[in-house]
Amino acid sequence: MKIHEYQAKQILSEAGVAVPRGIVADTPTAVANAFHELGGKLAVIKAQIHAGGRGKGTIKENPQQHGVQLVRTTEDARRIASNILGHTLVTIQTGPEGQVVHRVLVEQGCEIARELYLGIVVDRATAGPVLIASSQGGMEIEKVAAESPELIFREPFSPDAGLHSYQVRKLAQRLGLSGPSVRSAEKFMRSLCRVFVERDCSLVEINPLVVTSGGELIALDAKMNFDDNALFRHPELTGLRDLAEEEPAEIRAGEEGLSYVKLDGNIGCLVNGAGLAMSTMDLIKLHGGEPANFLDVGGGANVHQVTEAFRILLDDRNVRAVLVNIFGGIMRCTTIAEAILAAYKSVGLDLPLVVRLEGTEVEEGRRILASSGVDIITASDLTDAAKRVVAAAL
Amino acid sequence: MSILVNQNTRLICQGITGKAGQFHTQQCIAYGTKVVGGVTPGKGGTTVEGVPVFDTVIEAVEKTGADATMIFVPPAFTADAILEAADAGIRTIVAITEGVPVLDMVRVDDVIRRSSSRLIGPNCPGVITPEECKIGIMPGYIHRRGPIGVISRSGTLTYEAVWQLSGLGLGQSTCVGLGGDPIVGTSFIDLLRLYEEDPATEGVLMIGEIGGSAEEEAARFISDHFSKPVAAFIAGRTAPPGKRMGHAGAIISGGKGTAAEKIAALEKAGIVVAESPADMGAAMQRATRR
Repeated sequence: MKIHEYQAKQILSEAGVAVPRGIVADTPTAVANAFHELGGKLAVIKAQIHAGGRGKGTIKENPQQHGVQLVRTTEDARRIASNILGHTLVTIQTGPEGQVVHRVLVEQGCEIARELYLGIVVDRATAGPVLIASSQGGMEIEKVAAESPELIFREPFSPDAGLHSYQVRKLAQRLGLSGPSVRSAEKFMRSLCRVFVERDCSLVEINPLVVTSGGELIALDAKMNFDDNALFRHPELTGLRDLAEEEPAEIRAGEEGLSYVKLDGNIGCLVNGAGLAMSTMDLIKLHGGEPANFLDVGGGANVHQVTEAFRILLDDRNVRAVLVNIFGGIMRCTTIAEAILAAYKSVGLDLPLVVRLEGTEVEEGRRILASSGVDIITASDLTDAAKRVVAAAL
Repeated sequence: MSILVNQNTRLICQGITGKAGQFHTQQCIAYGTKVVGGVTPGKGGTTVEGVPVFDTVIEAVEKTGADATMIFVPPAFTADAILEAADAGIRTIVAITEGVPVLDMVRVDDVIRRSSSRLIGPNCPGVITPEECKIGIMPGYIHRRGPIGVISRSGTLTYEAVWQLSGLGLGQSTCVGLGGDPIVGTSFIDLLRLYEEDPATEGVLMIGEIGGSAEEEAARFISDHFSKPVAAFIAGRTAPPGKRMGHAGAIISGGKGTAAEKIAALEKAGIVVAESPADMGAAMQRATRR
């Protein structure tokens, strides 16, 4: 689960990680008031959407306006707020359709001496969380990693012991911090690692991490994602989810226990199992088609779930043909055949439907489909299925 | 011969009184696996599918001589169940449960590394040595005894591969599902070591997917230390970056973990890589004939 910057900063601040003073606002008047309350001299207005690249991103209706802007007067604050609020921000991560901005964060400006980078992820190689630091703040970390890997430092830590003091000293030295900044770094880094573990994060990123002219470390930006599998033990986080930021079809699928990801092609796929679902997309592409989605109905889907899966698939206007690829293991092919027919009737499918069934009770499953009178293209194997559905979608 | 499990393996099921636990216990017994008991705290003294249920794993081990377990408990309790099995000295721990928090697995991994237990999973279909022992949720009937080891990060795609192998007359020594999560107990390399030592295994089919770098590491290991023919398939060539494809581990992040990188590493190590998922069995056949 992703959350907004202002929400992440709230959590960080409570955990003892320094963030700029800021107020979240959803109308130009509220923004003007916030500007006044923050001293009325200098503030930054930041569009709150989940996607990154907001500073370089532009408002669709007004390409001169970026998603992050410095303001010096109340009038400016009000004007910029009305340029951004309720408008669509297009960034490198949103895709061309962009994302509507419903809130902005108004923050006190600070004097920036240096910009650093800090991030925490769970590293598969060390099988534990790792704090990643770089002197190249404000840049895309992937780019730094590719171009100058020597400027990236990694410190693995145990979830229970946290980051040790010596690790902070080591990183501080590598990052060229000295004097009061080292003390500030100790509190900042150790608190950041602790909050990562306490909240079951999957990613925390502070980019840039600012060193002020006074030597203090402050999180100028903050990104925080949570491990979906651990949300059950964090009831305090559920209210932070912003459904307006998610693909409606993906939300619906999630509610039905289906795993769906929308893509740009025109061949709808319905598959059991994530690996087989990915491979089915690959196969379609290999035979010259474009998958419209990834859809895994899981191992034990019932008639209701398969029907919902069809509805979600067919709501996508781009879909020209559908491929059902099921390897019945524990799930019987007869169950799937019956579910396909039930779904077919209740959803009113009028697109070409290619079905490839294999596995448990396959003969009986094929017989049920063949004798149903429903117009189904039966495929004999994987390749045949892909060729037929690609041809049908043309 | 085989790896990990055979006709002498004595299996218990943790979470045997749950719906999935009970159903798959019955399926494993039907396949011929020696299921000697089950564990559900608070249900000790009862019987499920004709086997005794115990309150703790240690009691089950002491009374039945169990040396393997399959875990079906809910995700919130899976870490505890794995640690309990390791503490009781269970040699092979197979965690089927999907949805275990990553930080739970960080803590579990730390303990398992220092124990004598091997953990398979979580979020995996299990392990099967055909015609001897099935531990997990895979359909037993598609397997045939034979010389090919199968290692995979996914479930139904593994069934697909096994189906193709059996259809070509290539039976399997032992098939292992590693699991689709970012942190799992056993890696490709761990199993390649075992297959290298196993005289019954003459070749290995590896099924990987996007995300992480386990396949790249396996490729390096194979070129340096593995003497038997290997074929591979990587799922997710067309997956877009940043989107999680069902498995928590199947995500391309920061431009890393792409199928193209993995395929290049595998091919560099002399591994036959199947172009299409329909071609996995045939790729294995090509590899063994080379």
